[in-house]
Amino acid sequence: MGTLVEEIFSRKAGREVHAGEIVLLDVDYIMSHDNTTPLAIKAFREIGKPIADKDKLVIHFDHAYPAPNLLAAEAQKKALDFIKEQGLTHFYHQGVCHQVMIEEGFVRPGAVIIGADSHTNTYGALGAFASGYGSTEIGVAWVAGKTWFKVPPTILVELEGSARPGVYSKDVMLYLAGLLGMDGATYRSVEFAGSYIQSLSMQARIVFSNFSTEIGAKCGLIAPDAVTVDFLEHETKAAPPYDLVQPVNPTYERIVRVNVAEIEPQVACHPDVDHVKPLSEVAGLPIDEVFIGTCTNGRYEDLEIAARMLKGRRVAPYTRTIVTPASALIYKKALENGLIQVFMDAGCTIGVVGCGACIGRHGGLLAPGERAFTTMNRNFIGRMGSPEAEIYLGSPAAVAAAAIEGKIVDPRPYLEAPYA
Amino acid sequence: MPRAWKFGENLNTDEIIPARYNITIEPKELARNVFCEIRPDYAQSVHPGDMVVGGPNFGCGSSREHAPIAIKGSGAACVIAPSFARIFFRNAINIGLPILECPEAAAEIADGDELAVSLGDGKITDLTSGKTYQAQPLPAFVLQIAEAGGIVNFLKTHTIEDLV
Ligand code: SF4
Repeated sequence: MGTLVEEIFSRKAGREVHAGEIVLLDVDYIMSHDNTTPLAIKAFREIGKPIADKDKLVIHFDHAYPAPNLLAAEAQKKALDFIKEQGLTHFYHQGVCHQVMIEEGFVRPGAVIIGADSHTNTYGALGAFASGYGSTEIGVAWVAGKTWFKVPPTILVELEGSARPGVYSKDVMLYLAGLLGMDGATYRSVEFAGSYIQSLSMQARIVFSNFSTEIGAKCGLIAPDAVTVDFLEHETKAAPPYDLVQPVNPTYERIVRVNVAEIEPQVACHPDVDHVKPLSEVAGLPIDEVFIGTCTNGRYEDLEIAARMLKGRRVAPYTRTIVTPASALIYKKALENGLIQVFMDAGCTIGVVGCGACIGRHGGLLAPGERAFTTMNRNFIGRMGSPEAEIYLGSPAAVAAAAIEGKIVDPRPYLEAPYA
Repeated sequence: MPRAWKFGENLNTDEIIPARYNITIEPKELARNVFCEIRPDYAQSVHPGDMVVGGPNFGCGSSREHAPIAIKGSGAACVIAPSFARIFFRNAINIGLPILECPEAAAEIADGDELAVSLGDGKITDLTSGKTYQAQPLPAFVLQIAEAGGIVNFLKTHTIEDLV
């Protein structure tokens, strides 16, 4: 009996556990990437014991891949040597770690997954417990195959109603970030529920779990349903049967209710994720770079929204517009369905699959004084390059409209009248 | 007698140890610069067994492990605060720095007060004011990690099952 996180942990523990308890649990998978694997290797070597179960390790090269400089190249070579030495088989370099984790079928409802990346929360959209940890802890989990968890209390976010046309899950999540604040859910599990969540595709749901990190949450969960099953069956390698774990007579620490019909397109303004305003308040702000991609909004549906608006149009001449599909699978589908052609005809630059410009190491850095409008999840100072640049966050539609006009504008007129 | 070193709310990892000193993970080396910008006298005058008393959201900011390592390296016996940032909380336990959550104690203990803390049962006594407080007791496994000097050391001689 309990909230979704309590139910997931109780199954793993083999007894009923509740918020506040500390439990030692088996983890299903331990994720790390090119940025965080080297430090985990260091902790692993120091412990001096073998890996408990090599099948649990999943390593991705995505943050700065292919290596943009010598330092990254050396770090990746060391990590690769380790992968070969240990004979690890779950090694990927075909896109953003979180997207590939889902596509490759590592994420299933009820699973417990830890990752050396703060946005590991992403997998919560499929009803898995997933959270980010420090590198040392990842090295420890390699050896132990388990780790300790403090069962978190839960905030229920109930989203009711239908969003207006042109308002996407990203707008709703940005609105929530503004409402709850950057530390609004620290230590907490956030359960996203309500008729609005139920009406969304999995791709749109993932935005909520992914962004839950930005409000301090330990995890951001959505109870699995028919949409989850359909997605797992058709868009991932995770084969049935699925354990559709649900909250049972849950006790929530807090309940937040929002009628999404009242939400306008939103923008998170420089330099904090909770510095959120209705888009209309920042309309007209000139934009030097538009970046469509990342684990937040670099999925096929996101590209489709942008392509629909860019079809038959050109991006503004001085607005660098970069489209980076989150994974190779998405890239391929976008290619097959003509989306890439649309982007290229519009004057966009197509990036290499992976994190791209998101962490300011390659794929579209910002110069001092530049301003980006992107589909990312973070706008911290210096995130995309110069600390004197500004980052604004929005939905795929909002940033595509900015690409066309070179400034922040309401995307809705473009959606209403797509080029015929 | 161990004394309290009092700090404010939302103390971030950069205030605990500025990023420019994070070129080492040697605890004693990091401890030379711990709190250097907000409390320059700390590193000089702290005595082994002294305690750090902070405000809400202690250790927020980056996920770097240098911050709890620096505090532990300074000889501090524990950190008492109303709440800790999530990754700091875990990092502290994993590197073997005991932390106690106790809003009343954190609010009322004054800088320089003499303290006695029993980590096992979470009892905090302010000998200066004569008041006692009850923090959430540390689970036995956290104490075991602390005794070993952190989880990496613990695992050199134990398995993780030994924790529970
Ligand atoms: S796309 Fe950005 S936020 Fe997502 S994992 Fe990569 S660097 Fe992190």
